[in-house]
Amino acid sequence: MAYLTFETILYAGAIGLIALGSLGLVLSRHLFRLVLALAIAEAGANLLLVLTGYRGGAVAPILGVHQPGTTMVDPIPQVLVLTAIVIGVGVQALAVSVLLKIYRAYGTLDLRVLREHLELDLAKAAGIRAPGSQEAPAGERPLPPPIPAVAKAAKESAP
Amino acid sequence: MRNIASLLFAAGLGFLLLVIAGQLGFGEPSMLIGGDILSAAPDEVGAANIVTAVLLGYRGIDTLGELSILFAAATAAGLVLAGGRGAAASHLSDAPAGFILRTGADLLFPLLLGVGFYIILHGHLTPGGGFQGGVILAAAFFVLVLARPAGGMSHTAIAVIEGLAGAGFIALGLWSLLADGDFLKPMLGKGVLGELLSAGTLPLLSLAVGLKVGAELAGLMTQLSEQPPPELTGQPLAGQSPEHTAGPETQD
Repeated sequence: MAYLTFETILYAGAIGLIALGSLGLVLSRHLFRLVLALAIAEAGANLLLVLTGYRGGAVAPILGVHQPGTTMVDPIPQVLVLTAIVIGVGVQALAVSVLLKIYRAYGTLDLRVLREHLELDLAKAAGIRAPGSQEAPAGERPLPPPIPAVAKAAKESAP
Repeated sequence: MRNIASLLFAAGLGFLLLVIAGQLGFGEPSMLIGGDILSAAPDEVGAANIVTAVLLGYRGIDTLGELSILFAAATAAGLVLAGGRGAAASHLSDAPAGFILRTGADLLFPLLLGVGFYIILHGHLTPGGGFQGGVILAAAFFVLVLARPAGGMSHTAIAVIEGLAGAGFIALGLWSLLADGDFLKPMLGKGVLGELLSAGTLPLLSLAVGLKVGAELAGLMTQLSEQPPPELTGQPLAGQSPEHTAGPETQD
């Protein structure tokens, strides 16, 4: 493993965080875990950005501490990441507040359950049969008795 | 199947990024603007901390844009969470926290306030600045909320501080626009490098950013903490069968 140098480890850490976060975004079905996965991916992206400003043996970009002429690291990525961190916190707070509202309305944060609820609600609001639900399967099979709420909504919307 | 595809996706993403990063050349930035700014900033801005010089001098209007993103996020969160506040007050346990947390909060609050303002005001000299100090200020006020939930914080005061800080930032920019023809150009001369009163208007801009970030984050956290716990109000839908509420652990 001649390639396992210091910079490889740093890059692999940052990129690994991004990959882990995106894996969590794809795999998890719980909304709060999605927010956490987003935070992890964001941390990896910030780390990768700061790493691009690295210079060998350079010092922090602060004047008056070291001899004039000492190499300094690139300040631009640091500035970008500085604001990105604070904005990330704000966006996460917004996401968590939306999650609070969702949990209060539906009592769950599981994406699959939420999808069923949303389809039922949409069908109820539109006055149509819910697509592909267990209560009202599509197709030619003999239909079970209609859902009272959906039938009532359909009757109200018909005239 | 889905899991395997996701694993392949994540591995491919990591591999792509690694290949790109491997071609960049570690420690030799391919961006030239960083070096140019490092050589030009001491004469043009006069701030010892070049990160702050870039943040508030060269990229001042971008910082204004980022502040407005934060403002939009805080406003949207307030909009989403609003409405429950009157009902929320009755659900909140108004009892103060335990003795240790209360004493610790009293001890920590002035310290955090001092550290926050120190970091904001020395942003042009040492690592730090408005964003970092503002977060510490928000933490100081949130410690108080944790210790005494009944006391709370005045939303009006937070909104007034936030509005004044944002207006101050824009007013400083407009002043330099009228006086010198460039929006958010550092004014008032450079001063002596490394002194507290140097780098012109940069400390003032830093103070505005710090107060705005602190007020916004404190407002966000206060609003989140004022929400009633979801167990008290979360009503499962009528007609929801019990097996629908299976835990999130079940996978295919």
